[in-house]
Amino acid sequence: MFEIFDALLLARIQFAFTVSFHFFFPAFSIGLASYLMVLEGLWLKTGNQLYLDLFKYWIKIFAIAFAMGVVSGIVMSYQFGTNWSVFSDVAGPVIGPLMAYEVLTAFFLEAGFLGVMLFGMNKVGKKLHFFATCMVAFGTFVSAFWILSVNSWMQTPTGFEIAANGQFLPGPSWWDIVFNPSFPYRLVHTVMAAYLTTAFVVGGVGAWHLLKDKANLHARKMFSMAMWMAAIVTPLQIFAGDMHGLNTLEHQPAKVMAMEGHFESHPDGAPLILFGIPDSEERTVHYAIEIPKLSSLILKHDWNAPLDGLDTIPDDEEPPVGMVFWSFRIMVGIGFAMLGIGLWSLYGRFRKRLYDMPWLHRAAVLMAPSGFIAVLAGWITTEVGRQPYVIYGLLRTADAASPLDAPAVAASLLAFILVYFTVFGIGVWYILRLMAKPPHTGELGAKRGDSGPIRTAGITPGPTQNPGHAETLPTQKEDV
Amino acid sequence: MDLTVIWAFIIAFAVFAYVVMDGFDLGIGILFPTFEVGRERDRAMNSIAPVWDGNETWLVLGGGGLFAAFPLAYAVVLPATYPLIIAMLLGLVFRGVAFEYRWRDPAHRRFWDAAFSGGSLVAAMAQGMTLGALLQGIDVVDRAYAGSWFDWLTPYTLLCGLGTVAGYALLGSTWLIWKLDGEGQAHARKLALRAALATIALMGAVSLYNITLNSEYAARWLSAPEIYFVAPVPVLTGIIALSMIGAIRKERNSKPFWLALALFFFGMAGLGVTMWPYVVPPGLTIWDAAAPERSQIFMLVGVAITMPLIIGYTAWAYWVFRGKVGDEGYH
Repeated sequence: MFEIFDALLLARIQFAFTVSFHFFFPAFSIGLASYLMVLEGLWLKTGNQLYLDLFKYWIKIFAIAFAMGVVSGIVMSYQFGTNWSVFSDVAGPVIGPLMAYEVLTAFFLEAGFLGVMLFGMNKVGKKLHFFATCMVAFGTFVSAFWILSVNSWMQTPTGFEIAANGQFLPGPSWWDIVFNPSFPYRLVHTVMAAYLTTAFVVGGVGAWHLLKDKANLHARKMFSMAMWMAAIVTPLQIFAGDMHGLNTLEHQPAKVMAMEGHFESHPDGAPLILFGIPDSEERTVHYAIEIPKLSSLILKHDWNAPLDGLDTIPDDEEPPVGMVFWSFRIMVGIGFAMLGIGLWSLYGRFRKRLYDMPWLHRAAVLMAPSGFIAVLAGWITTEVGRQPYVIYGLLRTADAASPLDAPAVAASLLAFILVYFTVFGIGVWYILRLMAKPPHTGELGAKRGDSGPIRTAGITPGPTQNPGHAETLPTQKEDV
Repeated sequence: MDLTVIWAFIIAFAVFAYVVMDGFDLGIGILFPTFEVGRERDRAMNSIAPVWDGNETWLVLGGGGLFAAFPLAYAVVLPATYPLIIAMLLGLVFRGVAFEYRWRDPAHRRFWDAAFSGGSLVAAMAQGMTLGALLQGIDVVDRAYAGSWFDWLTPYTLLCGLGTVAGYALLGSTWLIWKLDGEGQAHARKLALRAALATIALMGAVSLYNITLNSEYAARWLSAPEIYFVAPVPVLTGIIALSMIGAIRKERNSKPFWLALALFFFGMAGLGVTMWPYVVPPGLTIWDAAAPERSQIFMLVGVAITMPLIIGYTAWAYWVFRGKVGDEGYH
């Protein structure tokens, strides 16, 4: 069935598939690591057992998500070489060092302290344990910093020289490479997206348990914390997204034209197309619902500002319009739905009925996976929107691939699809199963093995609550 | 010493760190089916659960560092060994998730134990074969891999693969001698002795095969005056191998593991002698493939600052989980 595809297309599908899968896990673990840090910090500060219970509830989920992120991430670090060897050769001198910094400053930090965070509370004491949690959370952020710098450099390359053999070489200033023009915007927008993704998962889980038992204090606490995030971070995120869009207009106008569905130039005020079906063949958007001049107002802050369309871009430099147009709308739509939830929760809080609004809770459950969809849609918008280039304006995707034959790439792609759907599908199932159990007093942590359920005052968790520990022997000590 | 040479040593260090640290993780995976279901398996796994992720990070440093410091080597070796790399990555996927999954799903623990073991075996075999494919030489034309599809599959690469599997099993079993007690430890001793004999035999076979691969390798080891400088490597390797077997027999606690590390160190040194100054034999030297000076300096600053910290907190993490598993283990 793969004869009809060429090796290049297969390599692109493979990269898109593996990076999309991988992106889900850090999008979740960046936010969750910070949430765990906040929970443990609040526990240390207040001494309130509730926070420790929530910490232990979420750390089990974190351990699984983190493991999936690690193994899918290692695939990414080798795939530049296996499938994009020309890109690796010519861009290696510039982006290789940034990725090496990611390993040195982020991956080791996360991995080095993860063991202590998961298993070491009794061994090192509360304060050092909290320090380990902070290091893991900090590591996830540093990792995002470097990899987004790399991605941004590929979108808006600056600070380089081109050698006689075609390699990109670093210029005199690494600052210009790391802090390339789109990087600050992409970093802020992506990290906030990760926080929101986590907040909506936490909020959804809290809401699910509130729907079953609105008196559950643990569910109340996590729902409330998540709704504060939704109410405060979503407006900031929409603002940051707008700034990022303006930055894209400056550096990658063709991407914005595709996002907006502007095939034609508009010399006196471009309309904002809310919906429609873009048609790249006929160069038009069918059934367009549009608001006159609004696009010019948003992008240029002037009703009548002229805005170029894709007719000003040579055909062989044009990104695929349909995908960019749709994925952008999905992302923005979800963003406003998140804002709606945030405002709804503020209303509930104001009326002092936050835990007594089943429709809000149902909506929050529905919205639990929305962050992942938005993150993926945003990622597609920015990555497809910079096509046909892998290094924008300088190296075409078609010229960057490895000299591999189609059957080899087809076989590896098939293997990745089978393994990822099975392995990560099962992992997500385990996570959902953990989430389905209500959080309770005396939560077990990520502890496992020939140690048994903890005995805390009053509550002895039964085997049904801790199936992973059911057949094991009890011990007296407590652990995370 | 120029920067390119420094970087060659840094990459070699990262590879060595990976091989020995994830080596014992993978070795435990390879030996996992021989351990009794239940306490013995749980303890074997718990002896590495807090550290495996950090150990595996050295693989990312090896790959990422090669990308950054020798981008051309990275761009040539990975397409040349494509099926091996993909197999290794997928093997590591199964191995990695099994650490979490087997505790979350007791009903399917047997399946995840098999995934842990199979993933470890595939990853170890693929790593050894990749090394073999590199040593036997990779065709490069115009900065790209120019060989054919199955160049990586030869008797020599299979031999290297088996040698790596045996070597990792040795590291894994000696680690378990150190970390387990009672029956588990006795079982690990038996395994360690067999793995030691297999490792020594295969190391010897690969070394002899190396000399027949090409005249340059042979000249490096067998002609004067080089032979006076390199002869200590095989001699010391032999002495270490013998004292390691002695230490296993005498039921020493941590000594077999440290001697296994030393054995790997001298194996690596031998590898360096064989390959130097090529990063991709027979055509690309480290200078051909090196990143420009600006990239080297920028990263060297990073390594100089972070590496002492990394080694420091990694050592601390090992220290936190010191001692026998199960005595004062993880609970």
